[in-house]
Amino acid sequence: MSVIELNSENFENEVLKSSEPVLVDFWADWCGPCQMMSPIVEELAKDAKYFKVGEVNIDDEDILAEKYEVSSIPCFIAFKDGREIGRSVGAQSKKKLIKLLGMEA
Amino acid sequence: MYDVIIIGAGTAGLTAAIYAARANKKVIVLEGKTYGGQIITTFNIENYPATPHISGVDFAKQLYAQAVELGAEVEFEEVLAVKKIEGAEESSRLMFEVETEDDKYEAPAVILATGSEDKRLGLKNEEEFTGRGVSYCATCDGAIYKGEEVAVVGGGNTALYDTLYLSDVAKKVYLIHRRDEFRGDPALVDKIKKHDNVEFVMDTQVTEIKGEKKLESIELTNKNGEKKELKVSALFVAIGRTPATAAFANLVELDDGGYIVADESCLTSTPGIFAAGDVRTKSLRQLVTATADGAVAGNAAAELS
Repeated sequence: MSVIELNSENFENEVLKSSEPVLVDFWADWCGPCQMMSPIVEELAKDAKYFKVGEVNIDDEDILAEKYEVSSIPCFIAFKDGREIGRSVGAQSKKKLIKLLGMEA
Repeated sequence: MYDVIIIGAGTAGLTAAIYAARANKKVIVLEGKTYGGQIITTFNIENYPATPHISGVDFAKQLYAQAVELGAEVEFEEVLAVKKIEGAEESSRLMFEVETEDDKYEAPAVILATGSEDKRLGLKNEEEFTGRGVSYCATCDGAIYKGEEVAVVGGGNTALYDTLYLSDVAKKVYLIHRRDEFRGDPALVDKIKKHDNVEFVMDTQVTEIKGEKKLESIELTNKNGEKKELKVSALFVAIGRTPATAAFANLVELDDGGYIVADESCLTSTPGIFAAGDVRTKSLRQLVTATADGAVAGNAAAELS
């Protein structure tokens, strides 16, 4: 699967009401570490079996960024059953992101 | 088994990988985060010879692609420990074991290129507010605070660069420094003085971070012990960097600052272990000195196997 482009319209359905856990990458195109993470996030989405991966461009979707109090990027938030179960800021390995979802890497 | 294990996929580590791989050695690079190291937060590199303008991200991507193309393997696993395999000397050969969160690797030569990380202020809720108003990367997070009031703490070039950068983005920038003059470049200080929206707060330290869910204000204490509250949306911490050597304290000699003691040969106090890049004791920490170390260490490590 590819990375889902999230916005304030589809966030509820794709993330909060998702039957699977979702990893959301909050990013912006001017952020170096975000650019470094984007191939990792794409790879994660491609190989994902029991979870989904989405991304929020915080410049386009500032309401979502504000709602989830994202003020440092890249910021990864894991959601399960409509609530946040983990959050991690900064460049990191694919394995750490999978662990954030409460899964074995 | 590998010929060379490199810990850290920043500029020094990846350059070492290029040199060792070109010497036909079996090389693995272990990295706990993403490749690229510190340079990925730099917008525009202007002092790398023969490359007048390149972004840190592009630099890192090209360096990584080059190392991989030459045959270096890269695994994204955090290294927990490095130890000498006892008894290996009897076969007249040193051997080291590198343990990561997932695996174990062996090689007769190990290059430590773990770089450094941002120094924390050491305030009690600093961790909790990281990513909620407290930031260590102005070029990453500055644009989030467009039109707001922010503070920078520090006295070196990073703090000065961050202040300059933020003064174009934020409504107001407070530059807080615990001394009465800056360690950084005086030319930068002059540049900052031309920006009306920067206020210098000297002889003052940040002593508390306050807020409900995100940062709302900081407490400042000046040299006379007088306290004052300053409302800001963000605090950019730029008080220097600290070497990432905690895992190697028993393996190689470190200096008082925690840097690995090694001269230009990159040889540490332990034969078979090399130090390259920002993690090594040196006077200038720049891209060009990191690539230089990478070449020296990569070459020397290749000769060992």
